[in-house]
Amino acid sequence: MADVASLSTSAQALRRHATGPSGPKPRHVLSRRNIFLYGTLIVVALYYLLPLYVMIVTSLKGMPEIRLGNIFSPPMEITFEPWVKAWASACTGLNCDGLSRGFWNSVRITVPSVLLSIAIASVNGYALANWRFKGADTFFIILIVGAFIPYQVMIYPIVIILREIGIYGTLTGLVIVHSIFGMPILTLLFRNYFTSMPEELFRAARVDGAGFWGIYLRIMLPMSLPIFVVAIILQVTGIWNDFLFGVVYTRPDTYPMTVQLNNIVNSVQGVKEYNVNMAATILTGLVPLIVYFISGKLFVRGIAAGAVKG
Amino acid sequence: MSNSERPSKLFRNLNAKVASIPMVLTALVVFVGGTAWTVLYSFTNSKLLPRLNFVGLDQYHRLWSTSRWLVSIENLLIYGAISLVFSLVIGFLLAALLDQKIRFEDTFRTIFLYPFALSFIVTGLVWQWLLNPDFGVQRVVRDLGWTSFSFDPLYNSSIVIYGISIAALWQGTGLIMCLMLAGLRGIDEDIWKAARVDGIPAWKTYLFIVIPMMRPVFITTLVIIAAGIVKVYDLVVAQTSGGPGIASEVPAKYVYDYMFFAQNLGQGFAASTMMLLSVVIVIVPWAYLEFGGKKRG
Repeated sequence: MADVASLSTSAQALRRHATGPSGPKPRHVLSRRNIFLYGTLIVVALYYLLPLYVMIVTSLKGMPEIRLGNIFSPPMEITFEPWVKAWASACTGLNCDGLSRGFWNSVRITVPSVLLSIAIASVNGYALANWRFKGADTFFIILIVGAFIPYQVMIYPIVIILREIGIYGTLTGLVIVHSIFGMPILTLLFRNYFTSMPEELFRAARVDGAGFWGIYLRIMLPMSLPIFVVAIILQVTGIWNDFLFGVVYTRPDTYPMTVQLNNIVNSVQGVKEYNVNMAATILTGLVPLIVYFISGKLFVRGIAAGAVKG
Repeated sequence: MSNSERPSKLFRNLNAKVASIPMVLTALVVFVGGTAWTVLYSFTNSKLLPRLNFVGLDQYHRLWSTSRWLVSIENLLIYGAISLVFSLVIGFLLAALLDQKIRFEDTFRTIFLYPFALSFIVTGLVWQWLLNPDFGVQRVVRDLGWTSFSFDPLYNSSIVIYGISIAALWQGTGLIMCLMLAGLRGIDEDIWKAARVDGIPAWKTYLFIVIPMMRPVFITTLVIIAAGIVKVYDLVVAQTSGGPGIASEVPAKYVYDYMFFAQNLGQGFAASTMMLLSVVIVIVPWAYLEFGGKKRG
């Protein structure tokens, strides 16, 4: 419906400019074109879905069946044992309490990191959009350019800083690191959003005597909830999926889920249990996948807003 | 907080300045300070602990005569070329297909983009399993009758980097598709109509009208892909751990291993400085055009 409406309005617009034949061109339903179009899309879609399917199927098989059969065949006997083992008793080094430890570590890392980084970046973006001060843009440019500096360059100085403060190896340290490295993209996101809001709104609030924090809390914050949701999606997936910072700034007992997963699957000792490995892999991917499937269009919007400037 | 020459001015915008302290600290201490620190210490012979004992370009000489570093650079170039070309081409083609006013567009887009929600670790481990020669694709095809079929990129040092690229493309093309789709949607409908009225075939319209119009989108996408290429680390760690041997090493892994395992900080700093250098060459002109030029307008 919306499609037809937009077509006819732009057709009207065209009519005003063009002198040629007017009105929308009738669209032929060329079946060969459609077969090619949908055929290609379906084949590509199957290719994209294949790894997910194989992951799920493998995690539901027993090891004897995996050794015999083919990775694409559905399980003959469904077993949830690999899932239980991956969650509760898979071993990394001396710890044999499964991925659950990593899961809770990741929760304890992700929640404060998301809150802190968004709080900092939103206020920051607001200051940059509405309360410019001398030199602010210089810092902002440094921040954005800094987003492209390979993390490897800054890893070690941060280790030293955290060690000096005494929080190297703790979850607090990692939370701070995530807040630092989330800042460029989030600040850009919020700055662009606040800049696009009508200037009159801000002026009116100032005339009424509202200050920096008043305008932020009572006007900007309630009016920009969608962008906060976008930022939350961006950060939850980003921080949950992080590996490098986790491996550098935490110790084995505080490892996030991704690091622990890698240690479980790529451990050299013992017999490889592919079904447990795949169950563990799905478990680790589950949180961002759920976020992705629930958020749908907002996820896409976050990407587009973060990447292509509006 | 350095502009204290005029107190009234400092006071007027105090809240905004206080709110910007985290940004200023991050920008100055971590981004500028940290980078400068690493570059400075790359000229020292620091081993287990950073020491200011300058040895000139020694670390760089050592770096460029280490075969593992040379392999890493070669891998990065191959991986980079593949990512750049294929993710741009596939991403654009998928976006163009989705832009044909098709049904179930949301479903297709959701499917193409979901790998992007997964971490590189998860991606790497799934593809490690799929490409496992004893159980994965090779075994399946052999069971179908082609007993001599061979496809084991992760165990063959001459093609291992392609195996990693396959996984990277699976994970990342959805993002490029989304960016391209946003770009295509930004093209005025009238342009398409005008081209159709003039009888220009669709592929020509894409090639000569739409793509040139999407130049800013392409540049942004290019920068995003390029930045991602240099950072590639977790994917390799998960999929091959750099193996077989050193065949799939990448610079980021070289840095990490020398800093935290080999206890040869100087080498790690020199290698990370080389990574920085490669990014600077790409980013600085772009950032200048993007953010420096706009204010004057």
